Amino acid sequence: MTTVQGTAVVLWLGLTAYAVFGGADFGAGFWDLTAGATKRGAAARALIADAIGPVWEANHTWLIFDLVILWTAFPPAFAAIMSTLFVPLTLAALGIVLRGAAFAFRPVAPGLPERRAADAVFAISSIVTPFFLGAAGGGIASGRVPAGNAAGDPWTSWLNPTSMLVGSLAVATCAYLAAVFLVADARRSQPALVDYFRRRATLAALAAGALAVAGIGVLRVDAPVLADELTRRGWPLVVASAALGTAALVLLRRGISRGTRVLAVGAVVSVVWGWGVAQYPDILPGSLSLADAAAPPGSLEALLVVFVVAALVIAPSLGLLYYLAQRSRLVHRGL
Amino acid sequence: MLYDVAADLLAARSQMAFTLGFHIILACLGVGLPTMVLIANAIGLRRNDPAALLLAHRWSTVMAVTFAVGAVTGTVLSFEMGLLWPVLMGRFGGAFGIPFAIEGLFFFLEAIFIAIYIYGWSRLSPRAHLLSGIPVAVAGIGGTFSVVAANSWMNQPAGFVLGADGRVAAVTPFEVIFNRATFYEVPHMLLAAYLVTGFLLASVYALGLLRGHADRYVRLGFLIPFVIAALAAPLQVAVGDVAARGVLEDQPAKFAAMELIAVGGSHQPETIGGILVDGKVVGGIQIPNLASILAGFSPDTYIPGLDSIPVDEQPPTAIVHLSWNAMVGIGTALVFLAVWGLVLRWRRRDYANARWFLRAASIAGFAAVIALEAGWIVTEVGRQPWVVFKILRTADAVTHAPGVQATFVAVIVLYTGLGAATLLALRGLRRRWAGQDAAAGGRAYGHAMDEAIPYGPHQGPEGPPP
Repeated sequence: MTTVQGTAVVLWLGLTAYAVFGGADFGAGFWDLTAGATKRGAAARALIADAIGPVWEANHTWLIFDLVILWTAFPPAFAAIMSTLFVPLTLAALGIVLRGAAFAFRPVAPGLPERRAADAVFAISSIVTPFFLGAAGGGIASGRVPAGNAAGDPWTSWLNPTSMLVGSLAVATCAYLAAVFLVADARRSQPALVDYFRRRATLAALAAGALAVAGIGVLRVDAPVLADELTRRGWPLVVASAALGTAALVLLRRGISRGTRVLAVGAVVSVVWGWGVAQYPDILPGSLSLADAAAPPGSLEALLVVFVVAALVIAPSLGLLYYLAQRSRLVHRGL
Repeated sequence: MLYDVAADLLAARSQMAFTLGFHIILACLGVGLPTMVLIANAIGLRRNDPAALLLAHRWSTVMAVTFAVGAVTGTVLSFEMGLLWPVLMGRFGGAFGIPFAIEGLFFFLEAIFIAIYIYGWSRLSPRAHLLSGIPVAVAGIGGTFSVVAANSWMNQPAGFVLGADGRVAAVTPFEVIFNRATFYEVPHMLLAAYLVTGFLLASVYALGLLRGHADRYVRLGFLIPFVIAALAAPLQVAVGDVAARGVLEDQPAKFAAMELIAVGGSHQPETIGGILVDGKVVGGIQIPNLASILAGFSPDTYIPGLDSIPVDEQPPTAIVHLSWNAMVGIGTALVFLAVWGLVLRWRRRDYANARWFLRAASIAGFAAVIALEAGWIVTEVGRQPWVVFKILRTADAVTHAPGVQATFVAVIVLYTGLGAATLLALRGLRRRWAGQDAAAGGRAYGHAMDEAIPYGPHQGPEGPPP
């Protein structure tokens, strides 16, 4: 494996981690929004807040990690993506600010009206943000982002069938992951909510599955190159995603919680890597290859060193964080 | 598509300045607060001091809020690097990006351990909990180093070869990170973080002391941050002095703008206030020879003026010079405040009764923030018209995406709301704590609400660690 390929793998690992962990946090916001009136949704909202409170900032850091890898390792791709997809990515950035700030303000809100406002901002931005990030991803995958400074169309680059599909799929996937994770969290601390989130996980799984099936048709028409590569090279991952997703659904229907998290994560990981495999060796399909976009060897080697250090230091730290969170050692005790 | 390039550039620069100027305050708190919290926590454990533990607990809540807001405003900056300056990143990302990658590592560590610390008050052992806070303080220092090294690189780009296509073609990471400006920019920013955090926090408790609350809780709340800031203040002046000479050597145009030197020569006066009109200083007061003496310890020191810089490579002088004056003036005043505190101690006067001292201390936090912003303006505006010094002009780095003017307006609105919400949240916290204290008939050390009791509901802070 060349350093370019190695760096691309690191980039995609970061993207995968963000899709899974950041995605689950976004999805928790989706369930917060749909939890119903203040009183009725209180228990679910409390579980959601407890579940993501200690981990969302660390999970969010994967996004920073990926931005940094992208602009250091493949600078022209970063420039092209950020300038052509200026609109959806600006909206995503604003969504991230609103979401993080609202989540931080929620527990310290002085009164109920402020608290409700923070709730609403948190929940809505949790849906809007992954949608725009997904739409941007759809624009890249369907070859609508050419190299250059805002060389692509500022509107159709993300207002197109593939972008809408990927954006919606991102929201559904986040909700699915979140519900599956929340089933496990509920088992630990609020057994009454296990079935509640299991039902929601099933619904989200069906929605994501339906979108994925519909997506085959959309991609055939709107992004034929991507569709071809997905079936030619990416098919094992597509099949794996479908199989894992279905298996998770079966377990959920049977009321078995054990293993659902692994299966659900596997389904999402397969989709992310299916995309990566399908557009390899291009970073901007049809416009820029990884090799042409790559920074000089010195930059890539520095990044790989950073990655090794991250694997040695960050991975165990994250492990500690998740371990403590899963063992209910990190709890919100108010202020 | 038709759009006004100059207006877009102005909007992009303004948006970057505004979001960065906002974030820099939170970034300083992110670096400084963990140290304050840990000191209070350590004092509390070592001396079985409930006041110190309560302070640590409450400060860590403030830290949780400001860190979260800082995390997301920092993310916006990452987006803006590409949204606003795609040419900078597209051409120089291979070099400029490396310190950011290292910063990413530190930020990751910070985000992980700050969560463990903040959420670990009640169910980790006191020792493990205290230890979990140490990586936060250390990562803050590492993060400052990395991100300021990136900024230093913009001022003194090094460690790369440009290819024919204008992109970085070869990179030596070590030289990128340790460029000429790293050595003076990094310590200057790091000290600024402790200064700003220390004086801001001390300001709050100075007000409390002025209102006549002089129990151990308020005294300690004042003393811990004030001592740290007071130690940092003289160091900062010394480092700033070295930094200024570094700028004179590395970026004479910036230095000429700072000191308002139109025509190069020896025996340059130090100008305080005033602006440059048609190459002449208008207004302000001048101290003969002082700029030359400060720059080279002799009135004969030659300082190049703006006359040696091509007109299209000169930074705007008025804002750079006045910001420079503000930063140096406030920095010096803060040293006097630190000395004042020391004198009170020597003379065994109780600072809690020294009302003029406390009044000065109560505005020191705000003043330190102004100095921080002013210093940042000197660095950034003083580098103009370059984004990468002498290599890439800011005007050539800006995005061609339409809509920057609209996003600038949106960002102003959003951040104004964000700033207001942050202040409201902090005020809400203060009121809540005041309510708990009132209900406890003093300080809520052993408050019935278990949240105020560090280390668990069944054990007061006075008890032995579990």
